[in-house]
Amino acid sequence: MTTESAGTETRARGIDKAGIVIAALLAAVALVLVYDANQIPATTMYGMGPQVMPVVIAIGLGILALANLIDAIRGNLPARESADPIAVLLILVGMGLLIAIIGFGGGFILATTALFVTTSAAFGRRAFATDLLIGAVLTTLIYMAFDRLLTLSLPAGPLERLL
Amino acid sequence: MDTFAALAHGMAIAVQPMNLLYALIGVFLGTAVGVLPGIGPALTVALLLPVTYKLDPGGSLIMFAGIYYGGMYGGSTTAILINTPGESASMATALEGNKMAKAGRGGPALATSAIGSFVAGTIATIGLAFLSPYLVDIAVRFGPEDYFALMCVAFITVSATFGDSPIRGLTSLFIGLVLGLVGIDKLTGQARLAFGVPELLDGVEVTTLAVGLFAVGEALYVASRRHHTEEKIEAVKGSLWMTREDWRRSWKPWLRGTMFGFPIGALPAGGAEIPTFLSYSTERRLTKYPDEFGKGAIEGVAGPEAANNASAAGTLVPLLTLGLPTSATAAMMLAGFQQYGLNPGPLLFAERPDLVWGLIASLFIANTMLLVLNLPLVGLWVRLLKIPTPWLYAGILVFATMGTIAAKPSVVELSMLAGFGVLGFLMRRFDFPIAPVVVGLILGPIAESQLRRALAISLGDPMTLLQSPISATLLVVALIALIAPFILKGLGRFKANED
Repeated sequence: MTTESAGTETRARGIDKAGIVIAALLAAVALVLVYDANQIPATTMYGMGPQVMPVVIAIGLGILALANLIDAIRGNLPARESADPIAVLLILVGMGLLIAIIGFGGGFILATTALFVTTSAAFGRRAFATDLLIGAVLTTLIYMAFDRLLTLSLPAGPLERLL
Repeated sequence: MDTFAALAHGMAIAVQPMNLLYALIGVFLGTAVGVLPGIGPALTVALLLPVTYKLDPGGSLIMFAGIYYGGMYGGSTTAILINTPGESASMATALEGNKMAKAGRGGPALATSAIGSFVAGTIATIGLAFLSPYLVDIAVRFGPEDYFALMCVAFITVSATFGDSPIRGLTSLFIGLVLGLVGIDKLTGQARLAFGVPELLDGVEVTTLAVGLFAVGEALYVASRRHHTEEKIEAVKGSLWMTREDWRRSWKPWLRGTMFGFPIGALPAGGAEIPTFLSYSTERRLTKYPDEFGKGAIEGVAGPEAANNASAAGTLVPLLTLGLPTSATAAMMLAGFQQYGLNPGPLLFAERPDLVWGLIASLFIANTMLLVLNLPLVGLWVRLLKIPTPWLYAGILVFATMGTIAAKPSVVELSMLAGFGVLGFLMRRFDFPIAPVVVGLILGPIAESQLRRALAISLGDPMTLLQSPISATLLVVALIALIAPFILKGLGRFKANED
C-alpha cells in the first residue's frame, strides 16, 4: 500500500511547484472577478449593487491565493502518490466523445456507450469488444427505463429511433 | 400538543400506499447506490435526483428521505466489508468494522450498525420533530441581517473550523462562492460571470457541480491511482445475528452515539465526522475490552454508526427550519427541494405542513424499512460490491452523465460537468475538501441576497449587522470559529509530530 514511487512531484519539504500553480490560478480567478464586476453598469439604489459581492469575494480569493502560496513555498502541501496520466486522459477523452456525440445529435446510447468503453479501459480493461457490448446493452436499458418508463426526455439519435 | 397532531397528520400522509411505495423504492435505491464503493450519501442523493424529477413534490421528498437513510446505510456496509469508507463519517466504522469482518464477524458488525442506525435514527427523528417547531418560532423572528450572520457561521464551520487545513477549506468555500455568482443577479437582472454564454445566465446547477465533483472527480482520482490500491471484499461469514453478548455491548454505545450525533448535527456546524470520532474515542475509553480496540471491537462500530445516523437526522433540523444546509448531503437535499420551487425554512412549515411533516414521518418509516430490508438482503448488497471496478466506475459515469443529460442536454452543461470533474480530481489530489464548494454554491447567493436586503432596509448602513443582537452574536461566533483553528494550529502541529 505504501509504495514510495518516484513521481514527478516533489516529495521532500521544498517549494511545491503544483502549489504555486494553484495559488496563481486562484489569483487569476480573483482578477477575472474584478474585471467582470467592472463590466456591470452601476445602478443607483440603497445598499449594495450586484458588483459589490464579486469584489468582496475577489479580495478573499486574493488573500487565500497568498496563503496558498506561502503553504506551497514552505512545502506544506500534503504528500501525493504518483498518478497515472493515461487513465485520467482516457476518461476525459470519453467525456469529450460524449459531449461531441450529444452535440452532433448522435443520441444518448452512442454517447454513453463511448464513455463506458473509455472508462473501463482507463481502469485497465483491454477487452474492447466485450465492453462495447456490455456498454451498449446497459445504456439501452437505462434509456428504455428513463425515457420510456419515467418519461424523462433523453436525446434521441439514430439508435434510439430504432427502438 | 401541536407537534403530536402535526406528526400524526404527517404519518397519515406517509402511510398512504403510494407514499409507502415511494419510501420503499427510495430506501432500496439509496442502499443499492450507497453500497457501491466510493459513493457517499451526497452523491447517492445527487445521482438519484433525476429519478424523482417527474414525481409530485410530496412523493419525491418521501423518496428522498428513503434515499438519504438508505445511502447512509449502504455506505456503512461498504465500510465494513471492504474498508473503503465513502465519506469521512464512515471512517470510524471502517476502523473496527472491517477488522470484525476480517475476523469472521462481519454479520454481527453489519447487524449492530443496522440496529444502531435504526435506534439512533428513530431517536434523532423524534428530536427533529420536537425541536423543529421551537426553532421555527425563533427563526420567524430572524431578520435578513440575522440570516446573513447565521450563514457566515455555517460558511466558517463547514470550511475552516474542523478540517485538516483552514486555508484549504476556505479556498474550497470561495471556489463555491465564485460559482454561486455566475448568472443573472436576482435583484437587478444584471448578468455576472456569464461571459456572453446564454447557458450560464441560469447559473451553475447544484446537481451538475455535485455530480461532477463527486462522481466524475472520484472516478478520475481512483483511475489515476489504480496501481496503488488493492481492495479486498470480506465475505460475510458465520451468523448474521448478534449474540446476547453483542447486544449487551452494543446498546449503550448506540445511545451514547445518538447523544453525540444529534446535537452536533443539529448545530450549524456541519459534517458527521466530529460526532463519529467523539463517539469512537469515548467508546474506546469506556470499554471493558480495551485490548479488542483496533482489532474489531463491536462498540467501535455500534457507537460511531449511531452517531453518524443521528447527526444525519440532526442536519435536517437547520435544513428544514432555517433552510441552512451544513453538509454536502444536506445541500443536495436542499437542491431537491428547490427543484420544486420549495424553500425550506419557517415559511415552509406554515405553508406546506403536509410536505414537511410527511417528510419527517417518512423518516421513521424509511428507518424501519431499512432495518427490515437490509439484514435479509445483505447477500444482494455483497453481490453489488463484487462488480468489477472498471464496469462499476464506467456504470457510475454513465449514470452520472445521464442525470445532466436528462436535465439539460447541452454541450455547455456537459462541458461544465467534465470541468467540475477535473476540479474534483485536482481537489482530491491536493487534499482540498469538497463539501464546502457545494455549500458555498448553494448558500452563497442566499447569503448575498439576505445581506443586500438587510442593507436596503437600513438604507445602506452596514452597522445594521451589529445593531441586531442576534446578528452581532452570530458574527462574533463566526469570527471565533475562523480564528480558533489558527490559534490551535500550534497544538495541531504538536499532535502531528506524535504520529
